[in-house]
Amino acid sequence: MDFSFLLVASQRLLPGVPLTLQLMSISVALGMVLALILALLRLSGIRPLEWAARAYIFVFRSTPLLVQIFLIYYGLSQCPTLRYSMLWPILRQPYWCAIIALALNTAAYGSEIIRGGLQSVPEGQIEAARACGMSRFTVFRRIVLPLAIRQALPAYGNEIILMVKATALASVITMMEITGLAAKLISETYRAVEVFVVAGSIYLIINYVITRVIHFLEHRLTPHLRSAPRPIVIEREDAV
Amino acid sequence: MNDFRLTTVFSFAPDGWGPAMSAATAMTIAVAVTGFIAGAIIGAFGAWAKISGSTVVRALADGYTTVLRGIPDLLVIYLFYFGSSAILTPIGRLFGAQGFLSLPAFFAGAMAIAIVSGAYHTEVFRGAYQVVARGEIEAAYATGMSPALAFRRIIAPLTLRFAVPGLANIWQLVLKESSLISVTGLVEILRQAQIGAGSTKQPFSFFLAAAILYLLISSASGWALQYAERHFTRGLRRG
Repeated sequence: MDFSFLLVASQRLLPGVPLTLQLMSISVALGMVLALILALLRLSGIRPLEWAARAYIFVFRSTPLLVQIFLIYYGLSQCPTLRYSMLWPILRQPYWCAIIALALNTAAYGSEIIRGGLQSVPEGQIEAARACGMSRFTVFRRIVLPLAIRQALPAYGNEIILMVKATALASVITMMEITGLAAKLISETYRAVEVFVVAGSIYLIINYVITRVIHFLEHRLTPHLRSAPRPIVIEREDAV
Repeated sequence: MNDFRLTTVFSFAPDGWGPAMSAATAMTIAVAVTGFIAGAIIGAFGAWAKISGSTVVRALADGYTTVLRGIPDLLVIYLFYFGSSAILTPIGRLFGAQGFLSLPAFFAGAMAIAIVSGAYHTEVFRGAYQVVARGEIEAAYATGMSPALAFRRIIAPLTLRFAVPGLANIWQLVLKESSLISVTGLVEILRQAQIGAGSTKQPFSFFLAAAILYLLISSASGWALQYAERHFTRGLRRG
């Protein structure tokens, strides 16, 4: 393996990192909001809403993300009313199409994670909050949601990692993020292995950092699961 | 021209795309099944390495699963498709072949899927093995079975039983991942939809048709796998 080429390759691929992170963070943020809405619809107890959310989750989870991206980026142009609408300046850009597809996709997976979290909140805690005189909304905001977030965090961390990997598909609709730059570099130099090593390492580093952040958040949110700190014992030798 | 016609995509009339779409569906299933089975073989060895390998072997298996689960599948497909040509083209030139050589797209794609899904298979098999009751394995040895016989008669069937739900998940993943192989030009569902979209200027109809086909395959196989799970756990007490 040619080490000077590895250096060249990393200089060529690193400029793609901001775009990858942008695609990931915007779509995760949008997807999370949508996921919460979907989870609430599924738990709403209102049949039509429940079925709509179920259908949405089923469709988005059982079709490939790449098909969803193509459907939004290439497919929507078939509809003339859309092409002459106000939305077209957004929908003709590959950047926003990729983000919309990623967000819609992650919302389907995320809503199941959030639903699990919401359902894991013990009934007694909700009852206690109601007994204190909290309104339904206050109970949700102060008790149910924080507990659900804590419960759902590890699984949602996995989903975020999957989203980092999923941003690679944006390269297929001309976005020059890490994988897009890697494919371009491979076709220029025919050195697939070296480029793969560099691009793969960048993704591994990003994912490693995200796992650490999630771990840190989990640690912060679960003080009750930590063992008590050891009492400080001042030994005689230290006390000079 | 631009009106929405899903019927032409599935039509078997002379100007319909039905035959092409069904051939593409068969290709998707073929490449996904090949990748899934090859991945299961890799996963079996991976799980074996993680359970009973030496420290070095275990570290290698750990590295494999961590790396392959942490990088995008598309990169792996690029590596196999373009990487194979980087190796094969000079060899071909040695034998007097002209120009650009690479692995057939089917083979490169199936191998890429196998390598990626192998990492997931490893974890599923390892997890399933750990659920098998130690007493059952001990009992097999106590009745005088050799390790190979105990593996074939007791360990493998019991591990498979607990692995079925995990394997079903991997299958759904592999099926969706197979759409990525369209970037190498293999004519599976998504590539065929791209071709159709390009020549009829009806991208929405074709990609919607592709989505419907994936939906059908995944729900049909999901139903079959649920049946398989019920079949393989019929002797299990639910508690």
